[in-house]
Amino acid sequence: MIVAQQKPISEIAQMISDCKKVLFLGCAGCVTVCLSGGEKETDVLASAIRIKRTLENNPLEATTFTCTRQCDPEYIAGIDNLVKDVDAIVSLACGVGVQYLAERFMDKWVVPAMDTKFAGGSVVHGLWEEKCGLCGECILHRTGGICPIIRCSKSILNGPCGGSQYGKCEINKDIDCAWQLIYDRMKALGKLDKLMEIQPLKDWSKSRDGGPRKSIREDVMIDE
Amino acid sequence: MPEFEPKIVAFCCRYCAYTAADLAGSMRLQYSPNIRVVEMPCSGTIEHGLILNAFEKGVDGVYIAGCNLGDCHFLKGNVRAIKRVAAVKKILDEIGLGGQRLEFFHIPASEGTKFAKVANEMTERIRQLGPSPLNKNAAGNAQKEGGQTV
Repeated sequence: MIVAQQKPISEIAQMISDCKKVLFLGCAGCVTVCLSGGEKETDVLASAIRIKRTLENNPLEATTFTCTRQCDPEYIAGIDNLVKDVDAIVSLACGVGVQYLAERFMDKWVVPAMDTKFAGGSVVHGLWEEKCGLCGECILHRTGGICPIIRCSKSILNGPCGGSQYGKCEINKDIDCAWQLIYDRMKALGKLDKLMEIQPLKDWSKSRDGGPRKSIREDVMIDE
Repeated sequence: MPEFEPKIVAFCCRYCAYTAADLAGSMRLQYSPNIRVVEMPCSGTIEHGLILNAFEKGVDGVYIAGCNLGDCHFLKGNVRAIKRVAAVKKILDEIGLGGQRLEFFHIPASEGTKFAKVANEMTERIRQLGPSPLNKNAAGNAQKEGGQTV
């Protein structure tokens, strides 16, 4: 999932300080799962900012709604009537949702309530970690299911480097050396020989180096 | 000018604090009439939004009362409530209402006296803090001996 964290309330309040009526829009996708922008968090943020504005003698009319997903035009099309009368929309989705809203509601002030952090998963309830570097060409079959692109601090493909000590990364003793993990796992699987295979250079144009990316599946596209 | 009578909501776990309230009644204990008790299935059912909602409606203080650590009927409900209260205190501080208006207390079912003591302590604390800026009826409450209106 995409993992995001809410910005400080004061920062969000500042973005809408001149607005009188605001829609706080949550997302029932990834940000609900990472407990930062779902229905509950949306209601709490709206309530907190309403109280703050009342204390500042600048009352705010805040409404809340949570979309199934803000990254799908069909779901944000359903909120046209909620958006009609507001001065601004505070999106509690990731950066994708904010942009979809800004594109659909061209005349509205759309602001992000979140800092979008990474693609990851949950370790335990309340703790999420980065797991995928979104490089565009997965190599996990060659690295024992451990991603060196994102879990190695240097993203190197021929580790470990000289900064690996006792299985930990030199930048922080709490970070495992991804290449140590890869080596240990491949050894346990009896596949160390796979690490000795010569690999071609990684094509970084399939990652962000190639500019903004698109993914197309023509067989499911609906004809005009 | 009449003394300010705070309006306080006490969210009480039915297995401890709510039963302690019953006991306080059976013991004929006098305690502050300023609190409004809301029975909860467990203190762990409290939500951030519910607390903020109470403040938005104009209450001057809120407290959540749960079991002693290790005594929760649902094992860890009180631990969760403590963490949520801490998180909402932080929000209240950030938005300027003040985290002191919110508290968590451990009140076992057998301690009617503690229930009464906590009610009095919290009322005194909120009285010192003064009315919540969101309490539009603060002046009216003073004349109504404990603020009978919501």
